[in-house]
Amino acid sequence: MTNGNENSENNQGESEDKMDTQAKVTPNSLSSVAQNRADKQAGTQPMGTGLEARGVHAWFGSHHALSDVTIDFSAGTVTALIGPSGCGKSTFIRTLNRMHEFIPTAAFAGQVLLDGKDVYQKGTDVTKIRLQIGMVFQKPNPFPSMTIGENVLSGLHLAQIKMGKAEKEELLESCLERAGLWNEVKDRLGAHGGSLSGGQQQRLCIARSLAVNPKVLLMDEPCSALDPGSTLRIEETISQLSSSMTIVIVTHNMQQAARVSDYTGFFLSDGGPGELIELGPTAEIFSRPKDQRTENYVSGRFG
Amino acid sequence: MTTTNLVTATPSRPWQKTPKEILPSILIYVGVAILVALIVEFTGFKGKLAYIGLFIPIGTIAQFFWARYKFGMKAAKDVVASSIMATGAIAVFIPVLSILLTTFIKGLPGISLELFTTDMGEASFTDPVGNGGLLHAIVGTLYLILLSIAISVPMGILTALYLTEIKGPGSRFIQFMVQAMSGVPSVVAGLFIFSAVILTTPLDTSGFVASLALSILMVPTVTRASQEVLLLIPNDLREAGLAMGATQWRTVAMIVVPAAKSGLVTASILGVARIAGETAPLIFTLGGADKLNPNPVSGIQGALPFYIWSGFRLGTEESVQRSWSAILVLLVIVLALFTLARVVGSKQKGARK
Repeated sequence: MTNGNENSENNQGESEDKMDTQAKVTPNSLSSVAQNRADKQAGTQPMGTGLEARGVHAWFGSHHALSDVTIDFSAGTVTALIGPSGCGKSTFIRTLNRMHEFIPTAAFAGQVLLDGKDVYQKGTDVTKIRLQIGMVFQKPNPFPSMTIGENVLSGLHLAQIKMGKAEKEELLESCLERAGLWNEVKDRLGAHGGSLSGGQQQRLCIARSLAVNPKVLLMDEPCSALDPGSTLRIEETISQLSSSMTIVIVTHNMQQAARVSDYTGFFLSDGGPGELIELGPTAEIFSRPKDQRTENYVSGRFG
Repeated sequence: MTTTNLVTATPSRPWQKTPKEILPSILIYVGVAILVALIVEFTGFKGKLAYIGLFIPIGTIAQFFWARYKFGMKAAKDVVASSIMATGAIAVFIPVLSILLTTFIKGLPGISLELFTTDMGEASFTDPVGNGGLLHAIVGTLYLILLSIAISVPMGILTALYLTEIKGPGSRFIQFMVQAMSGVPSVVAGLFIFSAVILTTPLDTSGFVASLALSILMVPTVTRASQEVLLLIPNDLREAGLAMGATQWRTVAMIVVPAAKSGLVTASILGVARIAGETAPLIFTLGGADKLNPNPVSGIQGALPFYIWSGFRLGTEESVQRSWSAILVLLVIVLALFTLARVVGSKQKGARK
């Protein structure tokens, strides 16, 4: 527990840094934000094993949407995926927790290794995979028929995990605490999720994914529907969570990628399937990218 | 016009019309009403319909010219469009009101306590109205409705879930069959059950067999209405459930169905509305008893639509009066069921803040 406290204090300081740097946005300031974060994270020890995508391809019908993406997400890191619209970022993270297969015409090739085991292996219980790889969607989507409290604990019921009442209450508080929502909702856990603001709803969705204790959290543009204040709160939440889990975040907001991530991957599609152009420590991607296309993108010359 | 400053701002509704602005319109309508009354009085137009038929076009034209004179052509066109829509709404409303009023006025004289406590076992339709009652028919109709709900609602909703959620093999064919079934004439449904159940199995005419016939009509209605409701549930919610490690079944049962609950209740109500007044399928399947039979599985039963039909067919003063009273009772029962379903369906746990 003491360790966790230290971490959150550390992150408090960090969020103030973010506020300062938000004002001016130039490629240089982006890289300095990223460097800042890299320095702070340097002491953190990665924990557990991670998630690894090897040669991932994805198709929708005959349309080849994603080609040969290999990324090693080490445990306890935050990886941001950036790139223009339609470059396959979202498709890629949906292959990681096997949500890709819900599109009727979808097809897949490659491997996704969670703790060394291929999640696409025949006979794998896909529901167990999704318990370990949580997901937060672009649009906040609390379950409309449930209260705030029920929403957070819905994962337990959905996955049929049995738990005592006291344990549940403890879990409810800790999840909302970790998602940075506890203080705002502790007096109205019986209210409907829809009564919250957009930003609160999104943090409720994060709390909901945390309840089943996933090792990995995938976030598909979690802040694109939110105002800057709520965005900041979610970014703080991401920083706090990154000490205990692996996070992959798709974002269109390059400042956000610079602020929250340890590694950044740049996706691009030049008419053909989306490809991973460059992957590296966030500070490097924003200050001295190796690929010209990456440089063009992060310096705002296109996209 | 009042002036407001920031310190003492009073809430007002500047977009609302003042009585002064509405007055000319009202005066025009009064004038048109008088004109129409004179026309009906002194020309060949006669009857209630003439009043309505003259008032709407003359009123619209008068308002059109007034609006054009006062506010310009755009406003005048707006008046005409509003008038057409209001006419449409009235055209729907008048028959409903007329049915309710007529039923009430004609049915009320026959309503008495005996109506709800006795059956027709000892009485005849042509007896004075106080003799005998509706008990057998009320009990029969309630059984028919409840049994049909028990058969059709699960079947209809499960079919809708198969078609919208699972989209499994044969979905298209099933969809086609559901559409075809909703076009089956009710008398054919009755004949089908008569030939498929009564003639070939040991089951004889009874409330249960009749509700099988009614279910043939009710299932497609419930299915199609439920489908519409389920399609409105955002796909996000399904994905959110699946992404949390739920099986499809748990996602549907815990998220999709609760989110669609009030719509599914409406779908079931539509189904009940479809069958509550059906008479034709009962002719071959229910038997049409005059005595109370509380057992829906064996022996013939009565039903309100059947009773109404029999009463009108005999055509004596007493039997027709009995039918009107039975119509009123049927209407009240159906309305009561709808209200009950609405209340149950809209109850949400944890709705308090």
